Amino acid sequence: MSDALGHFNYWAVVVLMMVGFYTLIARGNLVKKLIGLNIFQTSVIMMYVSFGKITGGTAPILVEGDHGEAVEHVVYSNPIPHVLMLTAIVVGVATLALGLSLVVRIKEAYGTIDEDEITAKDNAQ
Amino acid sequence: MSENLPALLIVVPLMLAPVAALVGRAGASWAVATAACWWALYASLALLLRVWDEGVIRYALGGWPAPYGIEYRIDLASAFVALIVAVIGAIAIPYARTSIAREVAEDRAPLFYTAFILSLTGLLGISITGDVFNVFVFLEISSLSAYSMIALGQDRRALTAAYQYLIMGSTGATFIVIGIGLMYVMTGTLNMVDLAERLPQVADNRTIPVAFTFLTVGITLKLALFPLHLWLPNAYTFAPSAVTAFMASTATKVSVYLLLRFFFTIFGFQFSFERMQLDMVLMPLALVAILAMSLVAIYQANVKRLLAFSSVAQIGYMVLGISFGSVLGVTAGILHLFNHALMKGALFMAMGCVMYRIGSVRIEKMAGLGKAMPWTMAAFVLAGLSLIGVPLTVGFVSKWYLVQAALERDQWAVAGVVMVGSLMALVYIWKVVEVAYFGELDPDHEIQEAPLSLLVPTWVLVIASFWFGIDATGTAEVATAAAESLLRGLP
Repeated sequence: MSDALGHFNYWAVVVLMMVGFYTLIARGNLVKKLIGLNIFQTSVIMMYVSFGKITGGTAPILVEGDHGEAVEHVVYSNPIPHVLMLTAIVVGVATLALGLSLVVRIKEAYGTIDEDEITAKDNAQ
Repeated sequence: MSENLPALLIVVPLMLAPVAALVGRAGASWAVATAACWWALYASLALLLRVWDEGVIRYALGGWPAPYGIEYRIDLASAFVALIVAVIGAIAIPYARTSIAREVAEDRAPLFYTAFILSLTGLLGISITGDVFNVFVFLEISSLSAYSMIALGQDRRALTAAYQYLIMGSTGATFIVIGIGLMYVMTGTLNMVDLAERLPQVADNRTIPVAFTFLTVGITLKLALFPLHLWLPNAYTFAPSAVTAFMASTATKVSVYLLLRFFFTIFGFQFSFERMQLDMVLMPLALVAILAMSLVAIYQANVKRLLAFSSVAQIGYMVLGISFGSVLGVTAGILHLFNHALMKGALFMAMGCVMYRIGSVRIEKMAGLGKAMPWTMAAFVLAGLSLIGVPLTVGFVSKWYLVQAALERDQWAVAGVVMVGSLMALVYIWKVVEVAYFGELDPDHEIQEAPLSLLVPTWVLVIASFWFGIDATGTAEVATAAAESLLRGLP
């Protein structure tokens, strides 16, 4: 039981991942699809951030004693996954911006952002 | 300077990309893009020669040694793939000038060239980096710029094609990030060499097979292996002709390289093929891709779409070669990667010429073009022969290796499928040839031959596809050495 609770953040990751992925596949509205994609990507960010956390670990800044000497045997959290996710966030933002601008142009060209209606218009051509 | 060549190969185009956007005029941006492409060609050729002479190059970015900093690690396979990307870029860019001026509004041309350079940078970066998270970053650089280039197509369906590619491509990339994260959490490293050393120690943990699965799905989505190819036909059909020619010969090829890198170098042959039985997944999918996609290609009325489905089938050949897991098979895969880049580039460029003159690439519009545009259609026929696999062409060389790899394992049925695939290629190429050479030219329209600026790049690729078909010793030697080093794993 404590194991399941201890992995609470991973449960959240899995739930978010599935919510995002389902929205991505099942929704016909192009904006909702992008929202799904974004939730999907965000769940991965949460997963990485959880990787970096170490039980009892502190922020990875060198801990100094009263006289400025380095204190030994301090447990630090791992900063690398967090730094990696800064890059992933930037990528996610760029993807979302590009996706939304494509949706704007699709709306201008087709007059709709519903996948089925777009397919119908393409087939009618 | 020469010792920093690995970094400069990436940094120079990356710095030139904003310059191309800032100069703001189509001609000047084109000149910047040309400089970037020719620099990449020079640098990647120099790197390949150095790797051939001296062995693997390891370059620590910013002077930070490998486990802490990002490392570029260039072996034969990566130098070879980088060279393919650079060659196609250098040939596509002179072609792009005329073709893009016709198909893209002039005020958007500078942004097009910026996206083109960024895409080139990303693809080069994927091929030479030695850090798995860096792979993801470069993958996204190349993909995001590819989406925006596709969206520049004239037809409004280019927009939906770009959107669909964005959704599927980002999903694939996210799968790759999940896989990388799971590997990182088990080993604590992102460096490919370190990963290869540490993964066997934790391979019994369930996390590693899960990471492997995520990576497999993500990469096969990016390389458009059947049945994850759905983004490809529309993207290739509606993108501007120059973009299609560039992407068809580079983007999926680099993803094939990623497949090789992850499965052979990082996870190792033993884990990928004996524990996870990758061949049981890849081989059936590759065979279905060859047969089903060639069949679909036969029924297409739009020639660019026809060639796009044919590309999915050809990717089947590459993956088939890899799925043998033998030196001969992987050699065939790498050879076909190079050879297919040449011939598909030539075919799509020939279609760009047709698009330039008659504004459509539907088969019925091409009646009698063999007389009106003799050089364009001759290029199409010769590159088509290569796609079919006629002797003296590059297509024959890669199929020869592929059939040998199949017979080495006594898999006669697989060799048969390769043959049937070639026959089907004959059918769909013949469909175009029949209309173009035996159809009646519409007497109302005066159709001229395409301008030289389009014909010369097309013919360079056509001649290359015969050159390397008649004398395949050079490419075969490099491909065999690359395959051997991949299968041997890391020293």
